Amino acid sequence: MSRRRLLPLLPALTLLALLGPVAAGLWGTVLPAFGHLPAAGLTGPSLEPFRDLFGWAGLPRAVMLSVGTGVLATVISLSIVMLVTAGWSGTRPFCVLERLLSPLLAVPHAAAAFGLAFLIAPSGWLARLASPGLTGWDRPPDLLIVQDSWGLAMTAGLIVKEVPFLLLITLAALGQADAQRSVRVAQALGYGRVTGWLKTVFPRVYAQIRPPVYVVLAYAMSVVDVAVILGPNTPPSLSVQIVTLMSDPDLSMRLEAAAAALLQLALVVGALMVWRFGEVVVAALGRRWVASGGRGKADTAVAGLALAAGTVSALAVFLGLIVMAIWSFAGFWGFPDALPDTMTLANWARFGSGTLEALGETALIAVVVAMVALVLTIGCLEAEYRHNIRVSQRAVWLLYLPLLIPQTAFLPGLQTLMLNLGADIGRGPVMLAHLVFVLPYVFLSLADPFRAWDARMGVIAAALRASPDRILWRVRLPMLLRPILTALAVGLAVSVGQYLATLLIGGGRVATLTTEAVALASGADRRAIGVYGLMQTGAALVPFTLALLIPALVWRNRKGLRHG
Amino acid sequence: MKHLAVLAALLAPLPALADVDPADWDAVTAQAEGQIVYWNAWGGSTTTNDFIAWVGSRVAEDYGVTLEHVKLTDTADAVTRVLSEKQAGQDDGGAIDMIWINGPNFAAMKEAELLFGPYAEQLPNWALVDFENKSVQTDFTVPVEGFESPWAMAQVVFVHDTARMPDRLGSMDALLDWAQANPGRFSYPQPPDFLGTTFLKQVLIDILPDPSVLAEPATDANYEAVTEPLWAYLDALTPHLWREGRAYPATGTAMFPLIADGELDLSISFSPGAASTAIANNELPDTMRTFVLDKGTIGNASFVAIPYNSSAKAGAMVVANFLMSAEAQARAQDPAILGYGTVLAMDKLVEDDRALFDALDLGIATLTPAELGTVQAEPHPSWMTRISDDWVARYGVAQ
Repeated sequence: MSRRRLLPLLPALTLLALLGPVAAGLWGTVLPAFGHLPAAGLTGPSLEPFRDLFGWAGLPRAVMLSVGTGVLATVISLSIVMLVTAGWSGTRPFCVLERLLSPLLAVPHAAAAFGLAFLIAPSGWLARLASPGLTGWDRPPDLLIVQDSWGLAMTAGLIVKEVPFLLLITLAALGQADAQRSVRVAQALGYGRVTGWLKTVFPRVYAQIRPPVYVVLAYAMSVVDVAVILGPNTPPSLSVQIVTLMSDPDLSMRLEAAAAALLQLALVVGALMVWRFGEVVVAALGRRWVASGGRGKADTAVAGLALAAGTVSALAVFLGLIVMAIWSFAGFWGFPDALPDTMTLANWARFGSGTLEALGETALIAVVVAMVALVLTIGCLEAEYRHNIRVSQRAVWLLYLPLLIPQTAFLPGLQTLMLNLGADIGRGPVMLAHLVFVLPYVFLSLADPFRAWDARMGVIAAALRASPDRILWRVRLPMLLRPILTALAVGLAVSVGQYLATLLIGGGRVATLTTEAVALASGADRRAIGVYGLMQTGAALVPFTLALLIPALVWRNRKGLRHG
Repeated sequence: MKHLAVLAALLAPLPALADVDPADWDAVTAQAEGQIVYWNAWGGSTTTNDFIAWVGSRVAEDYGVTLEHVKLTDTADAVTRVLSEKQAGQDDGGAIDMIWINGPNFAAMKEAELLFGPYAEQLPNWALVDFENKSVQTDFTVPVEGFESPWAMAQVVFVHDTARMPDRLGSMDALLDWAQANPGRFSYPQPPDFLGTTFLKQVLIDILPDPSVLAEPATDANYEAVTEPLWAYLDALTPHLWREGRAYPATGTAMFPLIADGELDLSISFSPGAASTAIANNELPDTMRTFVLDKGTIGNASFVAIPYNSSAKAGAMVVANFLMSAEAQARAQDPAILGYGTVLAMDKLVEDDRALFDALDLGIATLTPAELGTVQAEPHPSWMTRISDDWVARYGVAQ
């Protein structure tokens, strides 16, 4: 009885969980940005915070960094994914690359960034492997590779993580784009593989992956953890500066932080608008290109380059994880030795207990948040099914909205708002903040399989006098075990990887594997980073493995159900 | 929450106990038993965290005091917390019972009357402290007056790899010459990191003909003129730094891997024993040694202070007193544990306690107390604040 009343409420509750914290956070950002912060005894309105912000000599470079790295990372990762798909989808190398990239989706950004730093730094593994034999270096060259002023290392760190994300999104979109037949027709007309794909399939695929591309752009422009690890410090990117200002014990610094957060929001909104305009330009140019009828002479070279770039991107993360593992067991390891003098368990003995404590906190938060997200998602989808609600493309944008607003724009405001209300910071609010980021991914992951479920099964069950609830619990959910577990694993991985939400809303007092690992960046103890980075990656990867294993075990004698 | 607190206050059987007299040690230990002391201390070093955990087990054993380490990333957070409690009128039952503190944070808390005391010189173990020769009665020129008790001595040392840089340097001018001859082999942590700002102060003290002006607060009138040589020095040094000064290590510990890899030959540390400890942890090669400048280097003491609204002042005093015991001090000085300098005077210790220190192997990279030479006083905190801000404006942006 209660469920009948509860179910129609779930979509509303879901929207509240998604948008409530974002709206509250933006409100909490706007007030102090104009000088209003009662907790510090300050009342506005005033333009002083903006005056302070524009008086900061590092601002132009910080803004350039945010915009430059964000746009560059998005353009490059999108190009790699589009060209690889164009040149290779359906082939054996593509399957291999897809297998390589899929697990990388779960690797937390911070761990991937640390791995990359361990790999490409002047004293990194690549230099060690090549020295002194190939390079003649017996000590690391004095090159500004990591933390470079242009943010190139940071851009690379973003690319290696966004390529797997965009690839999986693209694969999902391909199914509905009728890609194979289009390319076959194009090829029959003499078009090269890449050119044919770009001219016929790309417009349809891009229309479908547009929201996630925007998410990548907004995320890359406002990322904090990757910027802390790989980005420059003289000055840092705008988002890092916001976090620095927020953690100043002098509460009045939060005014400038709020002003910077609003600037960050404006930058992202502006960049999205420019990107939208760029789409129009590309479309116009593309139509001319299509009309020109070129069959594509450079196709083979382009396809080869794209595959190489995709492989390098995947290998960078894998090798990064391996070198992190080596560091976690390393005794003394001087340059240019390719491997440590000795391997030891001492590092794990020293940092192991700390990681276990952080793992407990991480797991508690992730499990609660992912379960809540799953319940809300299933509730929404079931309500949609029972009440026959049609979901428009507009409503899908609502799901993406919290991912399009830069984290650094609303999380500081959320923290300040809680401070003004006298609310306790801690685990509970951190979970609510995580839910904002976890819910969209869980929903997007589960929605298609849930809707694709064969409704005739429900009709048969109903004919056998099963109630709608009974159909849900005894037929639909068991049949959807695999996609449900996958969605849960996605939710867990997203929660495990959350840095800023944990740091700001937890007030520095909620220590997860991710916050601990990023905090270690400043100390640069590579053995400790190795231990924490591996634990963090494990925490995100293990649920995915379970999501594969459990359905195989449960449905070991139900072949048709094993693959969802 | 608020209602619960009021309810709890109404139901409490006794009014809050009056503050105990620090001079009546029996009363202090009696009241301390069963108290929980929340010690807010920087938690960024695993070795320090282990030491604090050991202190906790010892005071629980001897005095029945429970010690909880609240790990801070920045001591200023604790200062802000006590300040906001005072503004909210929470004059007892505060969240913090003890803070690891010194310098500007102590000056701010003392100025705002946020500290309990005087208590330090009434503690029994104060009799063992070397207050005649060590700067434990002033903290960055601010008189301590018993509002904090010392527990460790720190002094600037330079850490160099003798395999690549065999000789020590005698002065900051010599360091500049060496850096120009060996570009890219030296760096310091990026201010406002405290070790980075300490390097700036060390430069200033060493190159000023008469650094006594730094003992007084900086004024608008003298600041420009006094610091002018510092900026000239840094302008000359920066192009020859690691990465040409376009990037800096984040902290002191971040320089260890750079030395281990051979990127840096020389770095700076605030802990004379840190290099030896890092050798033991495989973080540095065993060719590392340390040196101090001819005119000496900056030293200061680490203290603990008790907030005025602590609910466990007696327990906190018991911990503070234990920290000044020969047992705790000898353990802290052991480079395998912490490698911190002691605040005690060897000639004030009884034979057995002195033996604890004599038995210590300070490690190959640690200088003896005699070799550490003259300890220079910290400048007044106002210098540090202004120099750090100026550095960020000059070198921290738009490079």
